[in-house]
Amino acid sequence: MALMNLIGAINHTLDYEMGRDESVVVFGEDVGLEGGVFRATVGLQEKYGAKRCFDTPIAEAAIVGTAVGMAINGLKPVAEIQFSGFAYPAFNQIISHVARMRNRTRGQRNLPLVIRMPHGGGIKALEHHSESLDTLLGHIPGLKVVTPSTPYDAKGLLLSAIRDEDPVIFLEPSKIYRAFRQEVPEDDYTIPLGKAKVLKQGTDVTVVTWGAYVHEVLKADKILQEEGINAEIIDLRTISPIDGETIIDSVQKTGRFVVIHEAAKSFGPGAELIALVNEGAFLYLEAPPTRLAGFDVTIPLPRGEHHYFLDADRMAAGIRKVVRY
Amino acid sequence: MLVEQYGPLKGQMLQIMDETGFIVQPDLVPDLSDEEWLELYKTMLRTRTADMKALQLQRQGRMLTYAPNTGQEAAQVGSAAAMEKNDWHVPAFRELGAWLHRGVPLETVYLYWYGNEYGSKFPEGVKNLPIAVPIGSQLAHGVGLAMASNIKGERDVTVAYIGDGGTSIGDFSEALNFAGVFEAPIVFIIQNNQYAISVARHKQTKAETLVQKAVAAGIPGILVDGNDLMAMYAATKDAIDRARQGGGPTLIEAYTYRLGAHTTSDDPTKYREDSEVEKWKPKDPIKRMKAYLISRGVWSEEQDEAFQEEYGEYALEVFRKVEAEGEPKVEDLFKYTYKEMPAHIREQYEEYLEYLEGKVE
Ligand SMILES: Cc1ncc(C[n+]2csc(CCOP(=O)(O)OP(=O)(O)O)c2C)c(N)n1
Repeated sequence: MALMNLIGAINHTLDYEMGRDESVVVFGEDVGLEGGVFRATVGLQEKYGAKRCFDTPIAEAAIVGTAVGMAINGLKPVAEIQFSGFAYPAFNQIISHVARMRNRTRGQRNLPLVIRMPHGGGIKALEHHSESLDTLLGHIPGLKVVTPSTPYDAKGLLLSAIRDEDPVIFLEPSKIYRAFRQEVPEDDYTIPLGKAKVLKQGTDVTVVTWGAYVHEVLKADKILQEEGINAEIIDLRTISPIDGETIIDSVQKTGRFVVIHEAAKSFGPGAELIALVNEGAFLYLEAPPTRLAGFDVTIPLPRGEHHYFLDADRMAAGIRKVVRY
Repeated sequence: MLVEQYGPLKGQMLQIMDETGFIVQPDLVPDLSDEEWLELYKTMLRTRTADMKALQLQRQGRMLTYAPNTGQEAAQVGSAAAMEKNDWHVPAFRELGAWLHRGVPLETVYLYWYGNEYGSKFPEGVKNLPIAVPIGSQLAHGVGLAMASNIKGERDVTVAYIGDGGTSIGDFSEALNFAGVFEAPIVFIIQNNQYAISVARHKQTKAETLVQKAVAAGIPGILVDGNDLMAMYAATKDAIDRARQGGGPTLIEAYTYRLGAHTTSDDPTKYREDSEVEKWKPKDPIKRMKAYLISRGVWSEEQDEAFQEEYGEYALEVFRKVEAEGEPKVEDLFKYTYKEMPAHIREQYEEYLEYLEGKVE
């Protein structure tokens, strides 16, 4: 066991798996010599050499495109996109090839690759550094989209992602990279992809969220507890494929449902989850299932971002409304 | 024509003034008066002073992430000075000197780095595009502006910028290719400051120079000492004149050096030796132009110091205004998404206002 923050856990996990499996290669912009702009890959080039951990030119399409080739030719590439807001040039590769190769070749060519990216907002950064790609990526059949909310989960989920036989997009909430430390086992453990986690049992309302918002929701929960509201809180952990079962079981118990995400509201994962709840627990509902999400606008620059991102008070207000409906 | 003598495959770099401020190519000195050179020099000095002030404010926690320009002032001001007011300016994100020359108020610049959207709104008549953060994405806009000038039969030329790292992304090649195919009146300026964050220039491409990339696009190119104001002016003017006369695009590689960090979030000691930085310091574009102007008798050390001090105070005053007025209004988040606010956005806006009111009570 060692105390690690989230970025430290990512670094440790990459190190661990590169040490265990020679086919794992790690690359991206500023990933090699500098060890990543967030220091996720620090020390890896020194330890494993520039053949297995290296800097690339600035070219996201080629970063993902070469990962496809490497994966077909026996490696397990873990590519880094410097910020999820710079993934767009790679979308042609992600949508047209990463997501489809298995299906296109009738299972002959699968892509055991991982694309990691810092994700989400609230870090007072320049334009395009606060993006939420949940909606865009979640919509593409063939991708697994995973996002951890703790250092412990980061390791377990990333190990599963690297060992998975299908492509995984690993969204790392940059806001909480260094927010807190947690005991993380140094030995092997995995957390299954596609499984949500019930963080707290409750009876009055089911609240689902993921990424950095998990911690804000836990704060909101403290506010609500003082008012006697007992929420069940679920960390989705994998955005796609979605764990409908855990959520529906919970809503059947609580009768109320709130989903909270950073991405803009319209057409977002909240809409998908509410559809699932309607399909699977309609007769149990005592209030309209509700989304608390980003406004349908471009994510504001730092001076305005506190209006866009929900804090615990606003989350509590939204949940309270559903409970009191 | 400069491009013939200094074309991409000639292995030569255009320099008019050397590191000491001595004119090494008297025949090529552009036809500007001492006073005009002094004015351009002052813009370089404003750029550096505004940069230093921004860095200081950032360290005090008052400015957010900032990308300094130190060492690249000649590449920026020299190229912008060769433009006419009516020409189009397309920046990447490290072109402060060019912005100030083009009449973008320092307040707008500081607002941008303060994290307010109004930092991308320029006064009427300033034909500049806003900063484009996604590397390379701006170049096609530049080509489009230039194609439109052609289609409309107008004489405007576009000048568009990118960094050395930016030449690796597909958008760069696509833009150059389009510009060549459509004979667009555009000048591309690569500010080769030798680094893309931590990645050294030689790791971006096997090509010996970046300007070589012009060859494949079939367009002229020229390698220029980017720390030489006169050379930058001369090369850009040459390219702009050709474009204006229907001669199509040109690629300019401004060979320069980023003396500071990539941004305030970056620590350059992690990836480059101090000795390398020391080697570049004597090539400082401001130092050499100052020596030249002093030798011409139109400037002095005392004036230089006084100018920096005065502009530094002005910059601080501008920043104080930004601090006082730089918080966006809630409606600013919503009202620029479309011309008319659609019902669902209006609903979100009103619901949020209601929430805020409830919180105050
Ligand atoms: C498409 C894209 N990928 C990554 C980034 C992150 N990023 C910001 S600046 C930068 C380096 C740019 O280097 P260069 O083009 O040489 O310009 P310089 O910063 O040196 O002026 C990178 C990789 C980005 N802005 N856009």
